[in-house]
Amino acid sequence: MSTSENSADTLLSVRDVKTYFFQDEGTVKAVDGASFDVKKGKTLGIVGESGCGKSVTTQSILRLVEKPGRIVHGEIFLRKEGGEEIDLVKLAPNGPEMRAIRGGEIGLVFQEPMTSFSPVHTIGGQITEAIMLHKNVDKKEARKIGIEALRSVGIPKPERRIDEYSFELSGGLRQRAMISVALSCSPRLLIADEPTTALDVTTQAQILDLLRRLQNENGMAIMLITHNLGVVAEMADDVVVMYLGRVVEEGPVDDIFHNPLHPYTKALLESIPSIDSQPRVKLPTISGAIPHPYNRPAGCPFHPRCASRIEGRCDAGEPRLAASGDRQKVSCFLYDSEGRKE
Amino acid sequence: MTQSDTSVNTLAGGLLLDVRDLKKFFPIKRGLLQKVVGSVKAVDNVTFFLKEKETLSLVGESGCGKTTTSRCILRAITPTGGNVLYRTAKGETVDMARIPGGELQSLRREMQMIFQDPFASLNPRMTLLDIVGEPLLVHGEKKSSVRAERVAELLRLVGLRPEYMRRYPHAFSGGQRQRIGIARALALNPRLVVADEPVSALDVSVQAQILNLMLDLQAELGLTYLFVAHDLSVVRHISDRVAVMYVGRIVETAKTEALFSRPLHPYTEALLSAVPKPDPRLRSERIVLQGEVADPANPPPGCYFSPRCAYATDECRTETPEQRELAPEHFVSCHRAGELNLRGVASGKAGE
Repeated sequence: MSTSENSADTLLSVRDVKTYFFQDEGTVKAVDGASFDVKKGKTLGIVGESGCGKSVTTQSILRLVEKPGRIVHGEIFLRKEGGEEIDLVKLAPNGPEMRAIRGGEIGLVFQEPMTSFSPVHTIGGQITEAIMLHKNVDKKEARKIGIEALRSVGIPKPERRIDEYSFELSGGLRQRAMISVALSCSPRLLIADEPTTALDVTTQAQILDLLRRLQNENGMAIMLITHNLGVVAEMADDVVVMYLGRVVEEGPVDDIFHNPLHPYTKALLESIPSIDSQPRVKLPTISGAIPHPYNRPAGCPFHPRCASRIEGRCDAGEPRLAASGDRQKVSCFLYDSEGRKE
Repeated sequence: MTQSDTSVNTLAGGLLLDVRDLKKFFPIKRGLLQKVVGSVKAVDNVTFFLKEKETLSLVGESGCGKTTTSRCILRAITPTGGNVLYRTAKGETVDMARIPGGELQSLRREMQMIFQDPFASLNPRMTLLDIVGEPLLVHGEKKSSVRAERVAELLRLVGLRPEYMRRYPHAFSGGQRQRIGIARALALNPRLVVADEPVSALDVSVQAQILNLMLDLQAELGLTYLFVAHDLSVVRHISDRVAVMYVGRIVETAKTEALFSRPLHPYTEALLSAVPKPDPRLRSERIVLQGEVADPANPPPGCYFSPRCAYATDECRTETPEQRELAPEHFVSCHRAGELNLRGVASGKAGE
C-alpha cells in the first residue's frame, strides 16, 4: 500500500477519513470526509467551532476513537523515519505498533492540563512512565531525561518540581509539564488540541513562544487545533478550516486570512472582534447557530447559514474539496472545477 | 451602620456607582482549631466609578479579583471594607457595602447579573417561562397570565420566539441559552447589569450575535453595564471605559480608545501585546512576561507587578504606587507612568 502520490516532505496524510458514532438516536457523522496533509517541520492549524470534528479527527489519527464511534472510511498515512508509509487505520488500535506511535512518533498536548494529569501520581512518575515505555532505559536514567525535559520547557527548579503533583503547579506550569511529557520521546509530530484555551493571554503568549522555540530546535511538525483565529495567525504555516466534520477550505496562512474563498471562512473572519477594531460598532454576524449533529442539513453543511447560497444547488448536492488557484483548496459551489468564481 | 451614615456621601450627577477603597479578604485557616493564619487579598483597595448608561469593563487574568469585585458590588458577598455608593432609581445614594440585608431586596430589582456558562446557569428542570418568570414571581407578580405576557415580551426582546416558553433549556444552543440568561436578567427592568464573561463560553460565530444584542439592548433600555472579561478584543468592542486589574488592585482605568492606543501601565502594555492578532502579517515581537502572577496570599512588597516588570526600579519594589490621574479620566497606579513610552495597539485595521 505504498502511495507515491504523497511527496517526501509530507509527514502525515489524512485521506477522506470518515468517523461516525452509531447511537440509538441516530448516527453522528463527527468527521465526514476530512483530507489534509501535515508537512515535515511545519505547523498546520486546524480551525473550527465546536462540533466541527477537529477533536475527533485527532482521536482518529491516534486511533483513540471510543465506542460507539468507528472510523468507517479513509486512510491515514504516517511516513516513518526510514521513509516508508504506514496506514494507521489498518493498525489495531491497541496493538504494539500503534502503541509505539502514540507518544513515540506522535506526541499529544491536551486542552485541559488539570484533567489530563493524574492527580494521584507525581509529575515525575508520569513523565518517566512515558519515557520507559518508549525508550529502553532504567528508572534512574528515565528520571534524568525527565528532569531535562522539564528544564527544556522552562520549568524552574525541575529537580524539585518533578516530585510534585499536578495540582501544586499553576496553569501555565502544568501546560509546560504536559508539553514536556509529549516531547520526552522526541516525537516527529506534535498534536496540540487547544493547548492554550484554558490559559490567560500572558501565559498563552509564553506557551506559544515555547512551542515555536521547540519546533526551531528539533524540527518537529505541529498540528495545532484551535478555535482562536489569532493563535492560528501567529503560529500556523498552513490552515485547514473545518465545519461540521468537513474541510471547507485549506491553504497557506496568508491566503486564508487575506484571500479567504469559502463563505464560512469569510464570515468567521469578519465576525470576530479584533483588538485593533473600532470600539462599539456592530459586528457582522453569521446568522443562525451550528446545527445539532443529529439534524445535519442536506447538501453543503453550511448552506442554511450561508449568505451566498444558491437555492436548488447548495441544498441538493454536496460540494467537493477542489483546488482553486495554485495554493488554496475550497469546497463550495461558488467555484467551478478549475477553482474560478462562477 | 445606618443609611443616614452613608447618605453623607451623595453621588454627583451622572454617576451610578462609585466604588471607593473596596476590600475583600478571605481568611486562610489552618490546623485543628482553624486558626486564621493569613488572608487572601482578593480585592485590595479597588476604586472606580461607573457613569449612567455607559459600559465599564473589568479586565485581568484569572485570579485577579474581577469576579470578586463584581460580586461585592451586587452584595452577593459582603466586602471586608470600603464603600460601594449606588444611586437608586429614586435618586437616593446608598452604600451597598453596608446596607442592612433587609433593604437589599428592593435594590436587587435594579441590579442584575448575566453569567458566564449558559449551560450551568439555567436549571434544566425549569421551562423558559419558569426561568425568565422567576424574578417576577420573587418580586411579587403573582398572576401567571401577567408573567407569561411579560416573558413573551422579554423573549421577543432578546430575539427568541415566544412560542418557545414552554420548552426546557436543553432544547437550545449555547447562544440561545445565553439569550435566555439575558432575558432573565432584564425581567425586572434593571438599571445596572453585571455581565461576568458573558461570551467566553460561546463559539466565535455566536459571540458576535450576543455582543450585538447587548449593544442594542443598552441603547434601547438605557442600561449600564459592568462587563467582566479577560478577552481584550471583546472588551475593546463593547466598552466605553476599561479598568485593568492585577492581583486584586486596579492598575489602570481609562477610556477604551486611550487605554488601547496609549497605555500608561507596563502591565496593560504587556497584556495588549500578548493578544494574538488575527492577521499573519502582524506577527510582531510580543512582550512575553517572565514568571508568574503574584500570589494574593503572599504578594511581593511595593508594586505587585514589579517582579515581572521590565521598567521596575528600586522604588517600585518597596513603595506601593498611588493611583494618579495623568490625563482626564485616565487613572494609573505606577511610579514611572508618564515617563515611559509604552506601546499600544493602533486603532482601525492598520498595523503598528
